[in-house]
Amino acid sequence: MFKIINAEFIAPNIKKFRIEAPKIAKKRKAGQFVIIRTDQNGERVPLTIADSNLDEGSITIIVQGAGKTTRQLNEFETGHFLMDVVGPLGKPSFIEKFGVAVSIGGGVGTAIAYPTAVALKQAGNYTISIIGGRSKEYVILENEMKDVCDEVFVTTDDGSYGYHGFVTDKLKELIEAKRQLDFVLAIGPIPMMKAIAEVTRKLKIKTVVSLNPIMVDGTGMCGGCRATVDNKTVFVCVDGPEFDAHKVDFELLERRNRIYRSDEEKALKNYKCHSEEAL
Amino acid sequence: MKIPRQKMPERDNLERSANFLEVNLGYSEELAKLEALRCIQCPRPTCIAGCPVNVKIKDFIALVAEGYYLDAAAKIKEDNMLPAICGRVCPQEEQCEVKCIIGKKNEPVAIGRLERFVADYEREYNGAKTPLLKPKSGKKVAVIGSGPAGLSCAGDLIQMGHDVTVFEALHELGGVLIYGIPEFRLPKDIVKFEVESLRKMGVEFQTNAVIGFTDTVDELLQNGYDAVFIAVGAGLPYFLKIPGENLNGVYSANEFLTRVNLMKAYKFPDFDTPVFNCKDKNVAVFGGGNTAMDAVRTSKRLGAKNAYIIYRRSDVEMPARKEEIHHAKDEGIEFIFLANPVEFIGDNAGWLTGVILQKMELGESDSSGRRKPVPIIESEYELNIDMAVIAVGNGSNPIIQKTTPDLQYTKWGNIIVDERTMKTSKVGVFAGGDIVSGGATVILAMGAGRKAAAAINNFLTPGDL
Repeated sequence: MFKIINAEFIAPNIKKFRIEAPKIAKKRKAGQFVIIRTDQNGERVPLTIADSNLDEGSITIIVQGAGKTTRQLNEFETGHFLMDVVGPLGKPSFIEKFGVAVSIGGGVGTAIAYPTAVALKQAGNYTISIIGGRSKEYVILENEMKDVCDEVFVTTDDGSYGYHGFVTDKLKELIEAKRQLDFVLAIGPIPMMKAIAEVTRKLKIKTVVSLNPIMVDGTGMCGGCRATVDNKTVFVCVDGPEFDAHKVDFELLERRNRIYRSDEEKALKNYKCHSEEAL
Repeated sequence: MKIPRQKMPERDNLERSANFLEVNLGYSEELAKLEALRCIQCPRPTCIAGCPVNVKIKDFIALVAEGYYLDAAAKIKEDNMLPAICGRVCPQEEQCEVKCIIGKKNEPVAIGRLERFVADYEREYNGAKTPLLKPKSGKKVAVIGSGPAGLSCAGDLIQMGHDVTVFEALHELGGVLIYGIPEFRLPKDIVKFEVESLRKMGVEFQTNAVIGFTDTVDELLQNGYDAVFIAVGAGLPYFLKIPGENLNGVYSANEFLTRVNLMKAYKFPDFDTPVFNCKDKNVAVFGGGNTAMDAVRTSKRLGAKNAYIIYRRSDVEMPARKEEIHHAKDEGIEFIFLANPVEFIGDNAGWLTGVILQKMELGESDSSGRRKPVPIIESEYELNIDMAVIAVGNGSNPIIQKTTPDLQYTKWGNIIVDERTMKTSKVGVFAGGDIVSGGATVILAMGAGRKAAAAINNFLTPGDL
């Protein structure tokens, strides 16, 4: 059992957890993830490690309630326990001194981009981050990003805060302003990552995305998370999760993420009924 | 008076193909005694040599014939720690039973069924009576993997007086016995019982520990473990490498079985993990081994309208156990022999709709001694299917190799060991089971675990023989 040291909402429906897992805290590197299970009947859900605290022996994960398990997870409070946490899994981010490195986070993707932005800074890069949200209250980790990045741009779809537009628009603006950009990391919804990849492809800016397929074991044993990169099949859990954005088949990723759509809806409906009964 | 080989009662075909309850029901005392009386107690029994761990078959059967079932169980356990499991999943027909003298003229003694009876009787009437343990040696051993090799190694080492910690990557213990073999062939309560017996003897278990990531083998050795036994199994699914393999609805056998067995997808939505909805669908399983049989029978239980086994050779070459093939046929599984998939076909939304099969014929024998399938030109045809399961074997999972580069590996990633001692090229590190042999059987993995335990004991306490 893994104790939740602290749990707090940082945006509507987005909750930040510090979980006691000293071994994972010590081992984890930017870009790696854990798989969690809430309870005995729970599914295995991969979540990127956003941060760790060695003194406390904790890891941080940030969860947006979407399906049944993530919504259930967001009802967990400080002092509650998670059934299983395993990790760190996956390959760490490929970090080197690129020059100017841009970390782009769309929505809750910012939580995944953050640890890599930290690592990019530590490797001596001039770091820029572009973080976006639907509206002001959905922008997360702005202060944390400001602490580590040389420049931070915030965008909102509705213009309620920062730059009015998508993260892609801000990136285009930097490119049009002839800013030198040597490396781009983009993490967020698939359409956003696809759009960023198209923007940087023409300019041949090295661009990396972190993929989020459906997983089971997370150790390369089942092959459920397979994706196509550079026309080859990869297992995202062990070969990734980060890949060259210009070589990823995003359509396949989107399609495979829909495999259990109707089951997911059913599970969520069931869950909502039960929680209403409980109230 | 000649007693015929006693049949084991089975659950009704129709009933069982709609649920996950165990198919074989086991002997009653009467049936077990009758069967045991068929053994002629050869002065020089050949059956024992057929058993990879040399269970004292003649002696335990004599005890069954006299009704001393608990003594019979103790006799088996001198050589085999997991008889309830081996009695169910061992291919006895090609090991002990094929050597049985009675089998020369009649059907051989049903050694496997007797083993199963004795183990089940002991579990029911004796509980987990822990054997005597040797005094503590003060040595600590890390066992990586809680499948059959890891569990049997841990069981022996704890009795030899060593402290043992078993590390398991998944959240449940038992490895392939839990995620791979379905409930209807090996009830999970039996695996849990065996694990609990080891726990009572003092074996420690750590789940959610992916050695290589959580700790490396070197870190285990640095952090107080005097020896390490690597028994991580064959955890890398092979695909067919044909077009369309990433369509929605195409699974590896590992994924399909893990979702159903470990994650209990057959109880969705009470359990959170879903699996492809097989109800009234056409399901094709590619392969001819026990895993293929497990997968196809699972799909039938999930409601498949047509469930096919598609195998590129003929029925004679199929590696699955006869019993499993027979059970599958009884449950309405269709077998398509001499057919090889060349392409999966999908609709616009990316869902599988069919497979192009090429007909094959048998040619010369290959290195395995089986006749090699040769494609028949222009024989392709399409079969409509909604789901496909690839069950053509497993390679070795690369996590240990990537994080322990100083071990010696074959070009397929299997760890190279001294076959007598299971010693690797690294001092204090031993390996056994499928990670060494490639995909094999539960009993061979168990045998490797026991061999390694003896060698580890020798390594830790060299003078004490």
